Amino acid sequence: MISPDKLPLRDSGAMPSPGKPPGPAVAVMAVIAVAAFGTILLWVHDQWSLLALAVAAAIAVAVAVRTGAAARVERAFIAREGAMNGVVVAAFLVAIAVLARQDFSLLILSTVLLYCTACMGLTVQLGYCGVLNFAGAAFFGAGAYTAAVLGAHTATPHLLVVLAGGAVAGLLGSVLLLPVLRTRGHYAALITVAFGIMFRSFLEVNNTLGGPQGLTVPGMTLFGWSLSQGIAIGSVTLSFYFNYALVALGLAIAVYVVTRRLERSWVGMHFDAVRIDELAASTFGLNVQGLKIVAFVIGNVFVGMAGAVFAMMTGFISPTDFDFSTSLVLIAIIMLGGIGNLWGILPAAAFVLILPEKLQAIQEYRFLLYAAAVILVLLYRPDGLFPRRLRRYFPPKARR
Amino acid sequence: MDALLSCRDLVMRFRGLTALDDLDLEIRQGEILGLLGPNGSGKTTFFNVVTGVYRASGGRIEFESQDISRSTPQAIYRAGIARTFQRSRLCLPLTIFDNIMIGNHRNLNHGLWFNVVRRKELRRQYEGCREQALELLTTFNETLGARLMDAAGSVSMIDRRRIEVCRALVSRPKLLLLDEPSAGMTHEETHELMDDILAIRKRMPQLTIVIIEHGMSVIERITDRCVVLNYGRKLCEGTYAEIARNAEVQQAYLGQA
Repeated sequence: MISPDKLPLRDSGAMPSPGKPPGPAVAVMAVIAVAAFGTILLWVHDQWSLLALAVAAAIAVAVAVRTGAAARVERAFIAREGAMNGVVVAAFLVAIAVLARQDFSLLILSTVLLYCTACMGLTVQLGYCGVLNFAGAAFFGAGAYTAAVLGAHTATPHLLVVLAGGAVAGLLGSVLLLPVLRTRGHYAALITVAFGIMFRSFLEVNNTLGGPQGLTVPGMTLFGWSLSQGIAIGSVTLSFYFNYALVALGLAIAVYVVTRRLERSWVGMHFDAVRIDELAASTFGLNVQGLKIVAFVIGNVFVGMAGAVFAMMTGFISPTDFDFSTSLVLIAIIMLGGIGNLWGILPAAAFVLILPEKLQAIQEYRFLLYAAAVILVLLYRPDGLFPRRLRRYFPPKARR
Repeated sequence: MDALLSCRDLVMRFRGLTALDDLDLEIRQGEILGLLGPNGSGKTTFFNVVTGVYRASGGRIEFESQDISRSTPQAIYRAGIARTFQRSRLCLPLTIFDNIMIGNHRNLNHGLWFNVVRRKELRRQYEGCREQALELLTTFNETLGARLMDAAGSVSMIDRRRIEVCRALVSRPKLLLLDEPSAGMTHEETHELMDDILAIRKRMPQLTIVIIEHGMSVIERITDRCVVLNYGRKLCEGTYAEIARNAEVQQAYLGQA
């Protein structure tokens, strides 16, 4: 008999034989290729080369999906998940090192990582528990403003400031709990929309928080190391965004680990049950409201922590950074990536954030691009570009 | 025999419609009770009221001498009542294992700290649960065991029903409510499913089962006692042979004068 653990996937469409997974080389090569591509994309400035790169990437992805190479990579990835996570982190470190002196590229890279972190929070809410949150930007902003206020007026250690950003976002979210829990579906979503808009209006009229002009945020200092000063190695001075990229990567990894563990636990299973069928869930003793509260608060804490680091990195925040369109960007990322799939977030965030930022021709039209992308995905791949896979509580360790 | 669950004057009204009308009903410890009646006679409503999905408009439900008519579905589940649904309510995108474990809620440790940090202990609990789920599943269908980690949506209708029954049984309830388990099944499948139910009965003699069913041969074969409902009231009760002879029952079902 085949061990059930070895049969993890649904749709096995493009897979060759469901026997042994392909070796690690396939997956490692894929990571290297994607990382190299991303690094070049961030490095290049010439508009025509960028366009060529984007087109080449689209063709490469289409070919990989058609030939089944993408499915092979996924299988190889899943078979050695722990090791592959390490490879991805290593790829990030190499990319950050290569781009170490480029301010703008590192800023984009860090932003991508922080948005990924925020999107993991939304994944806990929407992807797992089915709680729609169209006020992602408000919670991101709550974290950011917390960092600004605490950084300017107190001597709180900055690691704690990040946690405080999460805590404030979580608390702010609990204001929404009652209306969100007492309504369902579209109505709950509309309440979060209204809240997001109210949050921004509140910031604009509130002079203590800088009003429409915003606030400056002191840079981050970790254990006496000031992140807003570039590290000097001999005569070479690295961009100070190098430091923030590392911090953003660290935060993303930490949130990833917690989210993954949450998914692969009874709590994650209960979230799913609540999302799919509240009535059946409550018939089997699940505390539907309680689980929604837990998911909503955890998600907002993650979003808030990302916002706090974002504020300290950019050094300046204003209400426009946290308007409704930012919430939509966050939702667009998880929809493109595949709702509930943590690995889908990264490529989706990269697509949504890097392309319009680099290709100036489309910058003005970026919301048009997002809308088109989301509509296409919903039409042709409703589960997202990288659909979520079935839960395995304890994935097999890498074996030789 | 003692009553495991008894209702007195149970009323369930939906605006103008009275779905349960002063229903008195007793479920005895350890029996298989068939719940019969024409469409709309209040059988499923009775299940929904007992499990707390609806709150009764009046009357009392006692389970093991405790009044549960004002309890939440969660509390009723914890007290030991589990059910299946007429139209399958499995979480099809989740694995078979996940679906069964939803029913095991009261035996799982669901603290956040435990689940996120103490992974070693979670693993031990997970492995125990896996064994349990496999054992339960394979009493129904040997081949389902190998598919424990497949999506519930990938198996046939009858296997989905079996999974639903496993989900209801995994927490070792005292009372199992089966809402027309044979709905949408072929004759052969129904037969298989009833074999399964008799097998459960053999394995857990303490378990009390209430089954809603339309097939008379099924009722005859597996029930100890039957209750017939009509317009939310109890029309009659007794063994299958007794109710089948009852003129009122024949009238309710066939509309004879």
